This record gives sequence, C-alpha cells and structure tokens, in this order.
Amino acid sequence: MASAFEYAPAPESRSVVDIAPSYGLFIDGEFVDAADGKVFKTVSPSSEEVLSEIAQAGSEDVDRAVKAARKAFEKWSALPGSERAKYLFRIARIIQERSRELAVLETLDNGKPIKETRDADLPLVAAHFFYYAGWADKLDHAGYGANPRPLGVAGQVIPWNFPLLMLAWKIAPALATGNTVVLKPAETTPLSALFFADICRQAGLPRGVVNILPGYGDTGAALVEHPDVNKVAFTGSTAVGKSIARSVAGTHKKVTLELGGKGANIVFDDAPIDQAVEGIVNGIFFNQGQVCCAGSRLLVQESVQDELLDSLKRRLNTLRLGDPLDKNTDIGAINSSEQLARITSLVERGEAEGAERWTASCEIPSAGYWFAPTLFTNVTQAHTVARDEIFGPVLSVLTFRTPDEAVAKANNSQYGLSAGIWTEKGSRILAVASKLRAGVVWANTFNKFDPTSPFGGYKESGFGREGGRHGLEAYLDV
Amino acid sequence: MPTTASAASAFADVTASDGALRRFLHGLPGVDAVGLEARAASLGTRSIKTTAKAYAIDLAISMIDLTTLEGADTPGKVRALAAKAVNPDPTDRTTPTTAAVCVYPDMVATAKAAVAGSGVKVASVATAFPAGRAALPVKLADTADAIAAGADEIDMVIDRGAFLAGHYLKVYEQIAAIKAECGDRARLKVIFETGELSTYDNIRRASWLGMMAGADFIKTSTGKVAVNATPANTLLMLEAVRDFRAQTGVQIGVKPAGGIRNTKEAIKFLVLVNETVGEDWLDNHWFRFGASSLLNDLLMQRQKLATGRYSGPDYVTVD
Amino acid sequence: MSEQQTRLNVFKTYKLYVGGKFPRSESGRVYEVSDSKGKWLANAPLSSRKDARDAVVAARKAFGGWAGATAYNRGQILYRVAEMLEGRRDQFVREVADAEGLSKSKAAVVVDAAIDRWVWYAGWTDKIAQVVGGANPVAGPYFNLSSPEPTGVVTVVAPQDSSFLGLVSVIAPVIATGNTAVVIASEKSPLPALSLGEVLATSDLPGGVVNILSGKAAEMGPHLAAHQDVNAIDLTGATEGDLARELEIAAADNLKRVLRPRSEDFNESPGTDRMTAFLETKTVWHPTGSLGASGSSY
Repeated sequence: MASAFEYAPAPESRSVVDIAPSYGLFIDGEFVDAADGKVFKTVSPSSEEVLSEIAQAGSEDVDRAVKAARKAFEKWSALPGSERAKYLFRIARIIQERSRELAVLETLDNGKPIKETRDADLPLVAAHFFYYAGWADKLDHAGYGANPRPLGVAGQVIPWNFPLLMLAWKIAPALATGNTVVLKPAETTPLSALFFADICRQAGLPRGVVNILPGYGDTGAALVEHPDVNKVAFTGSTAVGKSIARSVAGTHKKVTLELGGKGANIVFDDAPIDQAVEGIVNGIFFNQGQVCCAGSRLLVQESVQDELLDSLKRRLNTLRLGDPLDKNTDIGAINSSEQLARITSLVERGEAEGAERWTASCEIPSAGYWFAPTLFTNVTQAHTVARDEIFGPVLSVLTFRTPDEAVAKANNSQYGLSAGIWTEKGSRILAVASKLRAGVVWANTFNKFDPTSPFGGYKESGFGREGGRHGLEAYLDV
Repeated sequence: MPTTASAASAFADVTASDGALRRFLHGLPGVDAVGLEARAASLGTRSIKTTAKAYAIDLAISMIDLTTLEGADTPGKVRALAAKAVNPDPTDRTTPTTAAVCVYPDMVATAKAAVAGSGVKVASVATAFPAGRAALPVKLADTADAIAAGADEIDMVIDRGAFLAGHYLKVYEQIAAIKAECGDRARLKVIFETGELSTYDNIRRASWLGMMAGADFIKTSTGKVAVNATPANTLLMLEAVRDFRAQTGVQIGVKPAGGIRNTKEAIKFLVLVNETVGEDWLDNHWFRFGASSLLNDLLMQRQKLATGRYSGPDYVTVD
Repeated sequence: MSEQQTRLNVFKTYKLYVGGKFPRSESGRVYEVSDSKGKWLANAPLSSRKDARDAVVAARKAFGGWAGATAYNRGQILYRVAEMLEGRRDQFVREVADAEGLSKSKAAVVVDAAIDRWVWYAGWTDKIAQVVGGANPVAGPYFNLSSPEPTGVVTVVAPQDSSFLGLVSVIAPVIATGNTAVVIASEKSPLPALSLGEVLATSDLPGGVVNILSGKAAEMGPHLAAHQDVNAIDLTGATEGDLARELEIAAADNLKRVLRPRSEDFNESPGTDRMTAFLETKTVWHPTGSLGASGSSY
C-alpha cells in the first residue's frame, strides 16, 4: 500500500543463529554421516541461498536409528514418569531460552515471516513440550486405564509447513508416554529438527531416545515400513497418507495420520464483518496458506457477498509481502520451487475453468519463491480450485443462500479437517458446528491452536488426534 | 467533497424517529471483542524504525491536542501550555507545533491570545464536560461561550445516560443542536466516553450516531474515567469512519484521548490509522491525540533520533 | 393317540435386513446353513455386492437422523432391543444352540449375556461424550470444547464363531454412538444374525441403522472395504487367510477407520474402545472475551 507512512526495513538479526556448513544424521546421541555418504542441500526459499549441506538418511541409516531407539526404549519406558517429565520440562525451557535463535532459523529455512515464527510457532512449540511434560507422571489418570503402556519405537514423518511445531506435536506426546522416536523432517526444512537434536543433548536426554533422520520420501517410506517400528505418525499429504495406510495393513503398527484439507469458512449475513475479514485473511494467508487446516474455501452468504469482498480486497492490499526476516512482513516466501509450481498450476487451472481471479497488488522479489495473495470469485463446487487442496495463498469464494446450503457445501468434500463459522447468532453457531464434518471448528475466529486442544480430521483428512488428553492415545497401547 | 450536512440529510429516514434510529443502529454489524482486540494487538507488533520512526514522531507531535482540563487551571498554566504547543522543543526549531491546545471554555480567550499567529488551534471542551449532565440550553450556552471566546474546535460530550437508556434520538438531537451552534465557526468533536458505553457494539453505534448527527471528529473519551483510548476502541472508530466515508463520501476525523503516554503507544495508533483508513487520515486535520504527557516523550525520542543519545526529562520542558 | 399326529411346523424363510425391510438377496442365490453336526437348518441368502451396495445406501440415508437423535433416545431404543430379545429368548437359545453346538443351558447363558450387552450399551449412549469429551483449558480468551461424534457408516465383519454374543458385541457399540452399520454376519452361522434383524425391526430402531447381510465376507468385504461412502470397517470376523490385510489395504482408498481383528473374549466385560474406534473428536472454539470494552479480555 503506497502511503506517506512507509515502514523502513526492520530486519530481525540473522546473526542470532549460527548455521554450520554441514549437518549429520542424529542417531543414538551422535551426529553421523549417512552410511552411503549421501547429502543434500537445504536452501532459503526467500533467497535461494544454500543454507547448509545435510546428510541424507538411507535404509541402512533407518535401520541403525530404529535399533538405537529400540535399545533406548527399555530404559526410557522404565523410567518413572516424573523423571521423563523433567526431561521434557528441560526441553521446553531450553526452547524458550533459544526461541529467538530458533525463530530466525525457521524463518530462514522455511520462508515464513519472522512475525509468525516469533509469535506463533515458537511459543506453541515450547507450550506443547510443557503441556505433555506434565502428563508423563499422570498417565494413570488420563482415562486409558491403570498403568497404560507405551508402544515402543515411534516412526514419525513431518511436513515442511511448521517444521519445529510438527516435531513438537510428534515428539512431546511420544516421549511423555515412554516411547522412543525416529523422526524424519521434510527435505526442504531439516534444520530446526537438527537444532532440536542439539537441544536434546543440552537437556541430557539419554542417547537413542530421539533420533533425527533428514531425507526425502524414500527415507520416510523406509522408516514407516521398518518391521521394528511400533507406531507410525505422519503429517503431510493425503496421497502419502493413503500409501502409508496401505503399507501398514496387516501389521500391528498403530497409525495416526494428519493430512490435507479444504476448510470451509462460512460467513453469514449477521457476521461481525470486520473480524470476519480478519479471520478470512488469517484463515488462508497465515503461513502463505501452506496450512492443512487453512480456510481455503470462503462460503459467503450471497446477500453480503459484495460488501464482504470489497472489504476483503481492501484488506488484502494492505498485506506486506517480502523479506521474511523483516518484522513487518505479513506474507513470506513459498517453501519450495515445487510447491510454487503446484500453486501456479492450480491457479492456472482455476482461470482456465472460468473462475475469476483477483490478485493483491504487491511487488514480488526477484529471487526466491513467491506468490501474491490471490482470490477466485465465481467459483462453484465443480471448480478444481473449490475441491483440490492448493496449499498456497489462494482463496476460493463461493456463495450460499441458507444455512442448510452452507452446511451441505461445506461438507461436500473428501476432506474434513477444519471449518469456520461467522455469525452473531449463538444458536446458529451451535447448530452449524454440530452439522459440520470437520475435526476443528472455529466459530468467530480461525487458525487458533493450543497444546490442550485436540487437532485432527474427519474423512480423508486423516485419523487420530494430536494435542490434549486425546493426543496421548496415539502413543499408548490402549 | 460532500459535507457533514449533506451526510445528515442522507440519513433523514433513519433519524426520523427513535424507533427508526434504534433499528438502524442495532442493525449495524456486531463486533467480536476478542477478534477486534487481537487485530489491534497484531498491528501493535509493527516495528517502526529509523526514517519511519522519525516521520511518525513528527506526525504524532503535529496531531496532539495538548490538553489541560483541571479544576486548578489558571491563566498562567494555560499560557505555559500554549507556549509549549507553539514551541515544543526550544532546542530544536524544526520541531512541529502541536495541532491545538485543549482547555475549558473559560480559558479559551487566554489560550487564543497565547497561540496567536502560530497556526495552533484552540479547542474547548463544552456541553457540561465531562459528565454532560446538564440541560440542552446550558450545553448550548457553554458552547456559544467557547466559540465567542475564539475556540476553533468544540469537544462536546454525549449524554451517556440517554444513550444507555436507549434514547438515541435524544443524543442525536443534542449533537445536531451543538453542531448547529458551531456552524462554520468551529469544528465539532463528539466525545463518547467509550469506557462508560462499555461494549464495542455500543461504540460502533455511537460512532454512527455521532457521524450522522454532524460530528467532524469522533473522540473516544474525556480522560476522566478509568478506561480511555485503547488501540481496540480506536481501531473500531477508524473502521466506522472508513465505512461512513465509503457510504456517504464524507470524511470524519478520529481522536483517541487519554491514556496515550509514550511514543511507542502513539506510533501504534498511527499504524492503526495507516493500515485501517490509510494516508488520507495521516494529517492533523483528520486525526488527533488528546494528550499531555505524551508530548515530552515524543520530544525525547525525537532528540534520541537526532543525536543518537538517549535523552532525559531535564532536556524537555516541564509545563 | 393325538400325540402321534405331530403337527408339521412352519419353516422360516431367512431374509436379509436392509433399510428396515427384509429383502431376499438381489442375486436370488442362497446357501445351505447347517448345525454343528452338519444337519441342514435353513437356506440363507447369499448376498451379492449389489446387496452390499444397497445396504450402504440405506445406512447412509439413516445416518443423519440416527446421529442427530438425542443420546437419550438412542439409549431408549437400544434398551428396547433388549426387551424384545428377552421376549424371544427361547428362539435365540435354540438358534444359538444349533449354530454353535451348545447345550440349551449353555446357549441360554450366551443369549442372556447378549441381552445384557444391549442393556450395557443402552446406558452408554448418553455417557460416552462425557467420558471422552470435555473442555480444553486453552491459553487465551476462548471457549474450547471437544466432543465425540459418530464416524458415519461402518462396515462390520461380524465374528465367525460367536454368532450371537459376538455379533451383538460388535454391532451395539457401533450404533450406540450414532453410527449406522452394514453387518456381514458369520458365514457359517448367520441365522441368529438374520433373526436379530427381526428384533431390531420391532424395536423402534429406524430402518437402515443396522443392515444385516448373510453370505461370504471374502465376496462382499472387498466391495465394502473399497466403498467410498463407507467411513470405517471393523475387521473382527475377517479371519480367513489374508482377508483382513486385503480389506485394510482396500480401506485406505478413502482412509477408512480400521479396527483390526484381535483375540477377544466376548464373555468379558467390554471396555469403551469399541465405541471410541468409531468416534471422531470435534473441537469447537469460540471467543469468550471480556464483558465489554472497558477492559482487555486478555
């Protein structure tokens, strides 16, 4: 937005984080090279600068890590819960101490704005460890019977959109319940997980309890399929989730999957309109829309569509896209060239199918992967952009006439992760919320997360819950 | 540009009866308190540095209605305040003047003389400030006195009792009557005392009520109650003037008053203005701060930017 | 002597129970059902994939109403099932004795346990949400509540051996929580299941909430496991060869919730895990905020 009041650059200092030129795999408490010596590079998506060279785990490394985790399991699971709790509390505290460093690191490796890593990711990461630390010695009272037992070795595969937060969602409940873990971070965002390995060492966590194996999809597949893994936890795409579900069929591996979504954000004519606009923006442009629970389908009551869209467009033109390390940046970089290509192709498809495209006016940096906030109007349920998960800053706008129609359209999806409701009428909130087939329903708010609040999907958005008391079940033999 | 008078006629149907006015005000979109406060807090995290900070500090100084509203106000106190408004930093003549000085009606003449020739305006509170508990003729006389003494701006308080009792038309008519008294001679700021209206829905309703009745400015508070200007209630009022202009073409000013004491807070308010209504309001014709101690903090920060050293209270004037 | 002039009794034509009605198999096929000693008992419908498809349609149609019924109402209906069974106890004792090769007294114990199991689950309908749901103390001005909701249409491969107590033990938890069920009865002993359909039909249970098919799990199972409008599958009775694994693989097509086969003694008191296996957790957030603008809500 051109204004007399131009904000001068306000970059967070990059020097608060020291990234080594290369990193190994973290197995049995040590950083080691991959058995076959393979490495890959991780780049900063906002500049395409190579940040570091990372050892790439192969199946031999997976086996080694699972063995280390198995060996560590015996003692770790036998520790009194109160002792396990203290390790987790230590980890939570060290994360708080190092949160500025980790926020900068995450922003560099992921491309998301420092505002988000500083104010959302890192506080939630620490809170998640703090929350599950407290459960470790209270499992008898969690509603799963007396003395519920851990499963063993957990194989965990996490995505690139919230690298450290997804790690926390996976590792904190696993360790609290007495499991040991082998975790594979995404190939585009391995750094924060490797820094977490260092935090485990600072916390004095016994060797082998946490193992970190950077790599690509084949590393994840080898981990999931390893016969000595007792528990598989995956967050990522629905397609990969289905292949995991097939690969564990007939085994005793317990599985939780947190997959894609196409969340409906429903705005009724009596909505608190200014807050709804903020909720829509937060719903689809938080983390560049690379959020499984994004409110990527706006369902607006036809009678207020024009008014709402005017407000929304005006608001989108105030979003500040650019250097993710700048404290005033609202929209950072897309995580990878592959993701950018996917977003671009789906948006082209939307245009080809006749949806009307509108893109916020903002300058796109010359280097890096960027996509300006975009919305599609004149979208119907038949459009690809109304059905497929885009996983980018692209909002599809559909209309409805009655609450029944809103619910029917919202539920008309193979996904069922999140939904939003905007209305000042309390009974309508409760009635609509009860009819929506989605695991998280935000009424008059959106994209709120908390370690005490279970999160997970219906239908093809996956199964199992992460967070809260419910999140313990995935890691207990119950 | 359309005028407040033409805006008033645009709402003739709405203001024809108490019932019609109530239906209109209660039909405005609701406000979700948590969402509003979260948005205000989020804008409060903007990091305003170097050149942007220098711009913001000078803009903020130029937007201050430097205020003294005490029972103990004397001509000497008012003259000192006026001198400060005209020449905020004696060590740096590039410092802008404040927008106005704001005083009680009986101090208007003193203030007017003290700011003569400087461009600094004189604003006067009126209408039985701060409680507003007086009959309309008294309020009109209070206003007329201030204008006769030379006030450029009138800061009136609404009858919160009438508003909370649901007598919206009574509030409307009083504002309209004061506006008529002001005529072309003084710009009218309408104070809602947001802390007493209590809910954000009420603040939105009061904003529209005031704008329809002819306010040139809508103003949060008197500074005399526990909760005065906040980022959230100011954001809400900015949204109201934005929507009002979109609907009528008439631009209305906003004045948060009370409780804004330092540069950091003031800049947060300017960010709210910048990102809610934009640069059309980034001018002291359309946005003011009702404040007193704020000025010295702005001056110290201004000195810091100029010299690179942190300043101290001995290097700004006590008035 | 009049005693020697024994009356020729009336055989029952065993039929499927789908959508509240009692159709024959769409295929027109039947198969012979014998008792444990090999004596012919009846011809049972040999359901086809089209019967399975019809059952899914019926179950989906019934889902909204059943899931939306009050928990109290569901409890009343499940209790009514127990009442109806109690009245037909002798019939089920005879059928279970024939099916499982039990003495009348042992079969009576099984039937009594099955009736009591309906009573157990009847009492659960309005309690499970309180046990597995609840308020979450989030760090912010938000009301946050997690509640369980039924998964949807559940395919149930009923136990092969425990033709009645096992059957009831797998159906009741599925419907107690508001799911609807497509049940593949024990292949060799389907008669108690088909008779249960008659009881359900007279227990105020809306048509389509439970649909009972007799025939081969290996034939119908793959279609139901792959069916895109089925939300979950209970593989308890899929014990034949590699069937459970094959069905689990097919179920991944739309990420059905899968309850794998496990060793289970249906005489033991059931826990809650058969209910929670087919429950989703929905978490609803709403701002609370302050009462007004005079103070921050944080």
